[in-house]
Amino acid sequence: MRLVEEYTPGMRRLALTFVRTPALADDVVQEAWLGVLKGLDRFEGRSSLRTWIYTIVANLARTRAVREARSVPLSSLATDDADDDEASVDPDRFVGEGHWSRPVEPWRQVLDAEARAVIDAAIATLPPNQAQVIQLRDIEGWSSEDVRNVLEISETNQRVLLHRARAKVRAALEQYLGDDGNS
Amino acid sequence: MATAELTCQELVELVTDYLEEALSRRDRKRFEKHISGCPNCTEYVAQFRETIRLTGTLRDEDISREAAKELLAVFAAWKHDGS
Repeated sequence: MRLVEEYTPGMRRLALTFVRTPALADDVVQEAWLGVLKGLDRFEGRSSLRTWIYTIVANLARTRAVREARSVPLSSLATDDADDDEASVDPDRFVGEGHWSRPVEPWRQVLDAEARAVIDAAIATLPPNQAQVIQLRDIEGWSSEDVRNVLEISETNQRVLLHRARAKVRAALEQYLGDDGNS
Repeated sequence: MATAELTCQELVELVTDYLEEALSRRDRKRFEKHISGCPNCTEYVAQFRETIRLTGTLRDEDISREAAKELLAVFAAWKHDGS
């Protein structure tokens, strides 16, 4: 059961980026583990066990999200939104030929747990595909290859989604930790 | 041949590509050249790295005791049915 303890929290977090309600995520994780148990003898070792298990979670969660017709708009499933033009930093922060309009102020010190609350809140507002990538890359610490395999996206797309997610999380931290213009 | 210098606004779009070593050699040089002369972008990249670090700090495992118990019960039932 060590495997269950090790993987379940991450599986649940991944499921939550698709379905966004804890009860549904728990259902998905439970269904996924049953799928794992039933399919274990079909697991061919072409991917790592972890990648295989998470792929089952992603597929179940995706199906569930569509079926419940909630949280994940169909448009965001159909398109990878990598074509949209989203700025990493508010264009108002730049003047002239793309120079910072005011200094980028260093952040005040903060406890990891405090920062994490801000980060998790920011991730919860991301488009699902961005949330999925940052979840696996930066929270779980996966390689880009494993992430691409589980989410079935291209290398470029993975990087674009990751960058947008990180840029938004950074902006949220800046708002919380940085100079808010009062000084 | 001289290459156009990156602006700050362009640089902030390339940070992940830079960290993932996905930039061409030429673009990596432009990136590093800009950084070496721009304290604001240096701070921005530092914040970006700090964001990644903080995102990866360990969370309390959020599986509730009850959910774990339920999961184990499901397994037990499945095993029982399957045998």
